[in-house]
Amino acid sequence: MGVAKYIKNEKDAIKEVIYQSGIKVKPSYGPEDLEKAGFKYEKDLGAPGEYPFTRSIHPQSYRSRAWTTRQYTGFGTPEETNERFKLMIANGQNGLNVAFDLPTQMGYDSDHPLAEGEVGRVGMAIDSLRDFEAAFKGIPLDRIGSGLTINAVATIMMAMYQAVAEKFGYSKNQISTTPQNDILKEMIGRGAWIFPVDHGVRLVGDSIEYAVKELPKSNPVSICGYHIRESGATPAQEIAYAFEIAKAYIENVTQRGIKPEDFVGRFSFNLNVYGNLWEQIAKFRAARKLWAKMLKEEYGVKENKNLFLRGLFGGGGSGLTKEQPENNIMRGAYYALGAALSGAQTTALCSFDEAYTIPTPRSALLSLRTLEILMDEVGLRDTVDPLAGSYFIETLTLEMEQKILEEMKEVEKWGGMVKSISNGFIQRKVSRQAYEFEKGLQSGEYRKVGVVPVSEKGTDKDPGSEPAAVELHEYNEAWAEKSIANLKELRRTRNGKDVAECLKGLEKAAKTSENVMPHLVKCCHAYATVGEMAGVFRQVFGEWKEPDFY
Amino acid sequence: MPDIKDILSGNQNAGAKLIRLIEDRDPSAHEVLKALYPHSGNAFIIGITGSPGVGKSTLIDALIAEFLKLNKKIGVIAVDPSSPVSGGAILGDRLRMQRHAADPNVFIRSMASRGQKGGLSRAAKDAALVLDAMGYDILIIETAGAGQTEVDVAGIVHCVGIVTIPGTGDGIQAIKAGILETGDVFILNKCDRPDSDAAEFELNMMISMRPPSPGSWKAVVVKTRALDGTGVKELAEVFLSHYAFLNQEGRLEQKRKNQEGKYFQSLVADLALEKIMSALETSKAYQEALQKMELNGTDPLSAAESVVGGITIGNFKK
Amino acid sequence: MATNKKIRILIAKPGLDGHDKGAKVVSLALRDAGMEVIYSGLHQTLDQIIQSATQEAVDVIGLSIMSGAHLPICQKLKAMMQEKGLVHTKLTVGGVIPHQDIPKLQEIGVAAVFPGGTSFEDIIKGINSLFD
Repeated sequence: MGVAKYIKNEKDAIKEVIYQSGIKVKPSYGPEDLEKAGFKYEKDLGAPGEYPFTRSIHPQSYRSRAWTTRQYTGFGTPEETNERFKLMIANGQNGLNVAFDLPTQMGYDSDHPLAEGEVGRVGMAIDSLRDFEAAFKGIPLDRIGSGLTINAVATIMMAMYQAVAEKFGYSKNQISTTPQNDILKEMIGRGAWIFPVDHGVRLVGDSIEYAVKELPKSNPVSICGYHIRESGATPAQEIAYAFEIAKAYIENVTQRGIKPEDFVGRFSFNLNVYGNLWEQIAKFRAARKLWAKMLKEEYGVKENKNLFLRGLFGGGGSGLTKEQPENNIMRGAYYALGAALSGAQTTALCSFDEAYTIPTPRSALLSLRTLEILMDEVGLRDTVDPLAGSYFIETLTLEMEQKILEEMKEVEKWGGMVKSISNGFIQRKVSRQAYEFEKGLQSGEYRKVGVVPVSEKGTDKDPGSEPAAVELHEYNEAWAEKSIANLKELRRTRNGKDVAECLKGLEKAAKTSENVMPHLVKCCHAYATVGEMAGVFRQVFGEWKEPDFY
Repeated sequence: MPDIKDILSGNQNAGAKLIRLIEDRDPSAHEVLKALYPHSGNAFIIGITGSPGVGKSTLIDALIAEFLKLNKKIGVIAVDPSSPVSGGAILGDRLRMQRHAADPNVFIRSMASRGQKGGLSRAAKDAALVLDAMGYDILIIETAGAGQTEVDVAGIVHCVGIVTIPGTGDGIQAIKAGILETGDVFILNKCDRPDSDAAEFELNMMISMRPPSPGSWKAVVVKTRALDGTGVKELAEVFLSHYAFLNQEGRLEQKRKNQEGKYFQSLVADLALEKIMSALETSKAYQEALQKMELNGTDPLSAAESVVGGITIGNFKK
Repeated sequence: MATNKKIRILIAKPGLDGHDKGAKVVSLALRDAGMEVIYSGLHQTLDQIIQSATQEAVDVIGLSIMSGAHLPICQKLKAMMQEKGLVHTKLTVGGVIPHQDIPKLQEIGVAAVFPGGTSFEDIIKGINSLFD
């Protein structure tokens, strides 16, 4: 998904524009549109930093603080990742966004048969605390926060982050980590799930409860509309489904006797920005407002800072094309513009060569520079929410709000997010949309520069396909060898009795409703491996089976 | 062409290839099927049916685990509808039975209904014959939807299991679709739902309303929760006790004879139609009738009668 | 007797990568082109793929690989197919596949390669042409 539908006449004049979320756009907007939509300044906008935060969560926004940039980083061994971390920090990045390899994301050690050929391939390979020690060596963990792109075993990585900080002499009060930890979105798209839905949600609940009580500066969950959109959801669905997922987590945690006021302020969002610029901007503005309203009205949350929709608005990989990859550099810049005009706290861009390979240092730096140009040269820090009051943007924001509410209602009609995912309702809807959109793109109904519709192949409108000149990121077999050797060494040298005892405690907690987090921290300190800890969960919880998508 | 010896020795590749020929209606499968027939008749064939979303595949996955514990070899034929528009299909039942897929004692085959009337039961029946001859002890034929397919399937299995879930009014639909009479075991899945007791009561009521028939199997309701295996051991036991029941007093033999008789009828109809049609479609009379319809506006019934009237039934003596 | 033949294809996601949008939309497209698609689901081992391809007697195995591991996976699977007697089954692969790897895949014995961005029409044509 990504672009609007343009219906044109023979002379190429636009007759109708329909956005992905289903909104029709008029040729021009005026005060009558705002009136018709019932727009009221106090109710719908307010000043920046004031409820309902449509304009911004901070009164000064980028004036007081430029956005933070977090390029997704990590590959190969922890040592190599550590070098890349330091390079990104030296180049001005003020937070890390850590990528893990697939075996780690799926809770397997590097020597597991399923890990073959995957160790270190799409992120760094982590087997035990020893690897975290290497990865975060020399990183000031009290100043640099880390996003951890991990979900099914996010509890384990959060525990390990605490363990490594403690090992390096920081206290758990000083560190700030944001594990992605959104298992429900993995079940809609991205697919790195392990355990059945209810157990998955329970682990998310455990980590939120633990963070509330023990990790004051960490944000235990980052809800990812991003991947839901990548799977084929419309922008309105992206927000609606993310909010319904949030509701499922809130319900789990409040059942533990914790008030929403005490934890919803720790939620952050990872949202997608690509495609039509105006639709994105309206989406984020509507989302900020709806989130605050929902928390206030449905959950009785009072304090302003707990009503903030904080987020990483990231350039979507689905917007990029494999054809003419250099065009993706331009696309990335405009996505970043969209994120800035929407008041993102943090942003990251996909690298232009992502359709081919894991970002090379060159392409990753290019993304970072793009963001700097917007902040330092183009003027996006000048004033808060510069589009406020635009007849078009404000009307569109109100329309987006309605669309999002409609989509939320549908999920609630199905019995909420947990049920909708268990039954495959969402997956079916989203994959069917992805299919229809893809067909539309191939037939020319939707246009993307560089993508030649089937009917124009071989005509003079087809520039022909030139093999793209991209530099490839090579997989190194030595990563696996090294990880496996380290693992062997670890198993030989650690205190096996300690490990067994900690794992036993973990098992007991997993089987009851005791929070698993303190046990995981103990396991990490004892150098239990990710595979061992996840293995306990696999044995106690079982594994999920996907419902049909067709 | 798959070798008969390979199939009898349980070679999966050979068995699978033969099933493929059956499904493709490749006539070269006929000779092998005939040769396999004397080696069949040892398997217990269970039909599992119910509306989409009641959890049939997950239930079968759990059943396989139970039967494996009893050292049985299990074959599954999972039937899904073909798209009426394209004739294609996506077959995904197997993904919920994945944990047994690599077990040499389990054979799972997905099958699309491929649209034609009666074709499904024929392909499924012949595939079951192959799995039977390969040495699988228990065969499960899974079909979706409430309707004609189930009634067809009832004619090729020894035991009909109907899966429903609480709170859907499926029971009522079952009566409408006429499958209630055919059910031997009613499985109330997702029995952790609040209204499961009411649903159980309703099912038992309906069973008790069946006309009494002395010496026949009294249908049983079993509550399960396939997701965590609750009640599945009991379900496996019920199936096996039904099998034991059928094995008494020659019931299974009788059932088989009845089914073979009906199958013979449908095969004759099927093969005869094929034979006649292949001759007719290329005949002059057929082409002329078609032309008359197109050019002169002859009504279809008259056109059809003009063709069929020309068929002479020759050498069949009463 | 009229045959009733259809192309049967196993769409499989080998390994741990969970990006399945491509596998799903291609499955839908192949279904709409009249093929029978057996959808494996995520996180498949090569053993599971071989087992599925055998029991389902498919004409084609279609792998969807985004992780970059297409060369070792195809090499290994091809050898296993030989060993298990799946000699007439065609192996095809789609996903994140750089141009320079296509000849290498062909050398391994992959019958068709559909890198990201290949149109449904070209995929359907490509698969049909394996049986001309």
